[in-house]
Amino acid sequence: MAMGLSESDTMSSALSGSRRDLSRTLTAIENGASFNFTAADPWTLGVTGPPGVGKSSLIGSLISKWVDKGERVAVLAVDPSSPNSGGALLADRMRMQAADSADSVFVRSLATRNHPGGLASRISPMIDCLHACGWSRIVIETVGSGQSEIRIVAFTDRVLLVDGPDRGDVVQAEKAGILELADIIAINKSDLPNSEQAADSVRTAIGLANGPDTSVHLVSAHDGSGVDDLLEEIESCSVSSGRNRLRARERLLSAWDSRLLDHPGLNEVLDSLETGSITLDEAVESLR
Amino acid sequence: MRIVIAKPGLDGHDRGAKVVARALRDGGHEVVYTGLRKTPGEIVRIVMDEDASALGLSTLSGAHDALVPAVCEGLREEGLSEVIVFAGGIIPFDDRDSLHDQGVRAIFGPGARTSEILEFLEAASGRIESGEPVGVGENSGWRWG
Ligand code: B12
Ligand SMILES: Nc1nc2c(ncn2[C@@H]2O[C@H](COP(=O)(O)OP(=O)(O)O)[C@@H](O)[C@H]2O)c(=O)[nH]1
Ligand SMILES: [Mg+2]
Repeated sequence: MAMGLSESDTMSSALSGSRRDLSRTLTAIENGASFNFTAADPWTLGVTGPPGVGKSSLIGSLISKWVDKGERVAVLAVDPSSPNSGGALLADRMRMQAADSADSVFVRSLATRNHPGGLASRISPMIDCLHACGWSRIVIETVGSGQSEIRIVAFTDRVLLVDGPDRGDVVQAEKAGILELADIIAINKSDLPNSEQAADSVRTAIGLANGPDTSVHLVSAHDGSGVDDLLEEIESCSVSSGRNRLRARERLLSAWDSRLLDHPGLNEVLDSLETGSITLDEAVESLR
Repeated sequence: MRIVIAKPGLDGHDRGAKVVARALRDGGHEVVYTGLRKTPGEIVRIVMDEDASALGLSTLSGAHDALVPAVCEGLREEGLSEVIVFAGGIIPFDDRDSLHDQGVRAIFGPGARTSEILEFLEAASGRIESGEPVGVGENSGWRWG
């Protein structure tokens, strides 16, 4: 925080275009500050899928296309915190070509800080902040740890699920939850062998899960093939409305998790649980 | 602390940067690794967008003389004077004083222990807490070691 500047001065400066103060405001939100951004409807895309399939690389390809079309693109890229040290290695942005040079691209790496669900806490107010500051395309990359990642639907209007050539055969078992909820599916690394088969097995899986409506795109972040079509589909994808109940539920769970993790008595209760001096029920009771 | 570990210029040696990035994570820090071949301008942009409190530059190619001061100046120009800058890699002792004059607070060469790098960061954040100058644009004679 700049010396002498209050958080709300910093936010005003962010709203009038200061990149540095946008960045500082996001930090303040991450650390618990709350601001009132005028209610509006941000454009959001969630990108999820197992680690290593190329989510960050593909977002990098999309960024370049959007920038060419005159959009201002902001990315919040989430990586896991280490449960032992509390530290995190945030390496998504290094895969995003063009993340670091254009004025119309803003990338912020976030650590989960052990917030469950593959997302960081307080994603929602960060999205509102970016939107208020004029970012027209807001992309959230999740940690990518499989079935638990349903929570992304609570925070973004469209969900892109990315998978890779070596994973197609396990997709049915592993991704049963998110596969049904994805609006768009991309099989990345089409430059490698087996990607056709992976796409086929995903098509079969979604045919069983939710009918043939969700299209499956074969793309390569490395050679760019299929990315134009994917972008077109992302742009024309209608915002899913049939999930309001699920979204409400996931938002509630996320807020509940945040409150628990921020509880001042948490460490003490964990100490007692560790030594066995209280039961789980007693622990829950004392954290209410 | 939020720390950016960056590889400026054409230098392709990335082992040291990765070792340091992991060690800082294990020391409890949130570390953004930039990947190879970043320009000084890009590095300044990354530090700003990530709202990092410290920047570690890794250079083994011999171009530290030009690249490290360019990054330090860029940070000051963008109003990021409070960022702590430190460096490592192949940086001959004769070149170190001029880098310290540019605001680099610590330089670690081959064989540096990661525990010492963590100790430096602890000392540097201790200075922030007690209001003593330590950022790249803050007038401070302080350096590690
Ligand atoms: C391995 C190596 C390579 C590998 C690199 C693999 C890779 N992906 O990293 C390969 C074979 C590719 C390579 C290529 C070249 N290399 Co080479 N390479 C080395 C070597 C033998 C070891 C470097 C290493 O990885 N050490 C292990 C790591 C863990 O140690 P480290 O990087 O020093 O990091 C430690 C500290 O320095 C410090 N540190 C490092 N960075 C940072 C950052 C921060 C923020 C902090 C706090 C600390 C810190 O902490 C680390 C832990 O202790 C060194 C010689 C040497 N003994 O250093 C030469 C050396 C660096 N290479 C050299 C040269 C000349 C080259 C080539 C130009 C050779 C050529 N003619 O083709 C090419 C250029 C490649 C390129 N594109 O830049 C010279 C550089 C000379 C100079 N600066 O004046 C060296 C010094 C060899 C020599 N004595 O001549 N190289
Ligand atoms: N062959 C190939 N490799 C890719 C492609 N996209 C990403 N990769 C590689 O896959 C690895 C993981 O990519 P990354 O974007 O970090 O995946 P993420 O973990 O899902 O975000 C990296 O080594 C990338 O270079 C692609 O289209 N083709
Ligand atoms: Mg990633």
